[in-house]
Amino acid sequence: MAQTPRTLYQKIWDAHVVEDRGDGTSLIYIDRHLVHEVTSPQAFEALRLAGRKVRRPDLTLAVPDHNLPTTARRDAAGKRIPIADAQSAAQLEALEANAPAFGIRYIGDADAAQGIVHVVGPEQGFSLPGATIVCGDSHTACHGGLGALAFGIGTSEVEHVLATQTLMLQRSKSMEVRIEGSLPPGVSAKDLVLHITGAVGAAGGTGHVIEYTGQAIRDLSIEGRLTVSNMAIEHGARAGLIAPDDKTIAYVKGRPYAPTGEAWDKAVDWWRSLATDPGATYDKVVVINAADIAPSVTWGTSPEDVLPITGIVPAPESFADPSKQDAARASLDYMGLEPGQRLDEVIIQNVFIGSCTNSRIEDLRAAAEVLRGRTKAPGVKWAIVVPGSGLVKAQAEAEGLDQVFLDAGLEWREPGCSACLGMNPDKVPAGERCASTSNRNFAGRQGPGARTHLVSPAMAAAAAVTGRLTDVRELA
Amino acid sequence: MEPVTTIDGRAIPFGRKNIDTDAIIPAKWLKTISREGLGQGAFEALRADPDNIFDSPTLKGAPVLIAGDNFGCGSSREHAAWALLDLGIKAVLAPSFSDIFSGNAFKNGILTVVLPQEAIDRLMEVAQTDPVHIDLDAQTVTTPFQDRYTFEIDPFRKSCLMGGLDEVGLTMARGDAIARFEQTARDERPFLAQGTGVPA
Repeated sequence: MAQTPRTLYQKIWDAHVVEDRGDGTSLIYIDRHLVHEVTSPQAFEALRLAGRKVRRPDLTLAVPDHNLPTTARRDAAGKRIPIADAQSAAQLEALEANAPAFGIRYIGDADAAQGIVHVVGPEQGFSLPGATIVCGDSHTACHGGLGALAFGIGTSEVEHVLATQTLMLQRSKSMEVRIEGSLPPGVSAKDLVLHITGAVGAAGGTGHVIEYTGQAIRDLSIEGRLTVSNMAIEHGARAGLIAPDDKTIAYVKGRPYAPTGEAWDKAVDWWRSLATDPGATYDKVVVINAADIAPSVTWGTSPEDVLPITGIVPAPESFADPSKQDAARASLDYMGLEPGQRLDEVIIQNVFIGSCTNSRIEDLRAAAEVLRGRTKAPGVKWAIVVPGSGLVKAQAEAEGLDQVFLDAGLEWREPGCSACLGMNPDKVPAGERCASTSNRNFAGRQGPGARTHLVSPAMAAAAAVTGRLTDVRELA
Repeated sequence: MEPVTTIDGRAIPFGRKNIDTDAIIPAKWLKTISREGLGQGAFEALRADPDNIFDSPTLKGAPVLIAGDNFGCGSSREHAAWALLDLGIKAVLAPSFSDIFSGNAFKNGILTVVLPQEAIDRLMEVAQTDPVHIDLDAQTVTTPFQDRYTFEIDPFRKSCLMGGLDEVGLTMARGDAIARFEQTARDERPFLAQGTGVPA
């Protein structure tokens, strides 16, 4: 019997339905749960109070990342350097105690594999194509770059998954974002996803799971795909998905928690079936021409406020929607920008290269390539490079990238979320600008009053060299 | 969770679009290991202005918040829902919500009501001076001026809210079905069942 053509999203969904309640809600099985210190303490506490245990500790992986300082964590004698902020320390201690108490594998601050959960999951082979993956963090969409159905959840849902390994979910609508053609030279995965966010809008994907398709997506490396899917949430989507292919399979193979032997062969067979069938339809389709994409930068306080670096700061009146006009006025006021100002003349004081969006080895290589033989501009007061994990850090050091950064006058740090959201001491001072490879330019995100311009790693490096937002193609 | 049936009282005519969870509760407030007391940090940057709407004498403690499109976008922090709850907010009315925020609100007994922009505009006007009435069973928002708007809500969420049900408890009662699924999945997709290898 011929089956109805299905989208990739529907195939993964169908493979995980424990029970369809018939009222639009289904009980969905969760294959992988990543836990960090910020959104889990209240969940563990609730389990404890109710006398409940973790149903599948083996499908759960705990890693601290948000609060950890990116300066040295151990002294010369190997002793832990105390964390100055008592609340940060308490949150980290809670995870360090909760993980073993509930039988969960914990990758602690001194472990070489520690890093940002969304870097660690794929790196360890814990995140797999076709799996349902959740974490109490909205950038969980990242793992969709492997073809996993991955999405962020709140703390009550963290508790629900810990206790039952399931979630009660309504099926989302499906959306295809198709990128036709190939990206022009000097345009990266980050520029692509910033451009998509500008085109779709911050709420354009609400209620949808987005599948990214097309030549430009197929051409991306797995790390580039993780960058794109990471920011699905910035255009409002529940999750992002990129169908697994040979590159995905080659990426997963041999990683610590990746399947082996017979299970591997079975996995590969299934992964190869995970593509949207010809004839399957999406609820919404957006088509973007890759040739239209330039190195991109945000000018406002919503990730949809994206323009090519060759552009100018827009006038609020240029937006059709009156509420967007108001929002743009408030954004320009917060950002200290004037309509008509050239984006490549905006002076920056800080540079942040890191975050779950852009802290993998290819990101660091791209930044180092721009910085090699150059130094940061005198006006750049603070420029840090924060690798996504200890393993990325070690790899970068083996390639000598750390020395390139240090020679250019940038700081080389320990892995973690860092200045993406400033829960640790890494913050951008009020009123100052930061060329940042992170994912959100919300008011106050990098510190109260901080002004964030989202860019790619190469663009952040270019900004460090010139002291202003810069078209990296000028430095080629 | 307390059952939710009706919500009566003043509504804060906030109205802004794309309010992200960093604006609802900044990251520094996420360092708590408790769910309590986050009202203090709610809308911190906006409330630095002494004339802010949240602390106005007539609206302080109002149970309803009226917002613009895409309310609660950004981070998955449930602290945003806890902060609103601690401010006394029991329902948020907006043209659209981020999916994660809406789920978090629901788990904490906060009703998120999606209404068309025209309805929101009218309610913003009413809220300047008068209260609103929300009836979850009837799925309506009404005003003292005969305005009546109906809204959609997922039936499962509605029954959980009205019954004040513990969702974890409900799902744990389906333990046998989950175990059956795990058995089948282990046969069909053993590679997904392996995890970290920490004994189950």
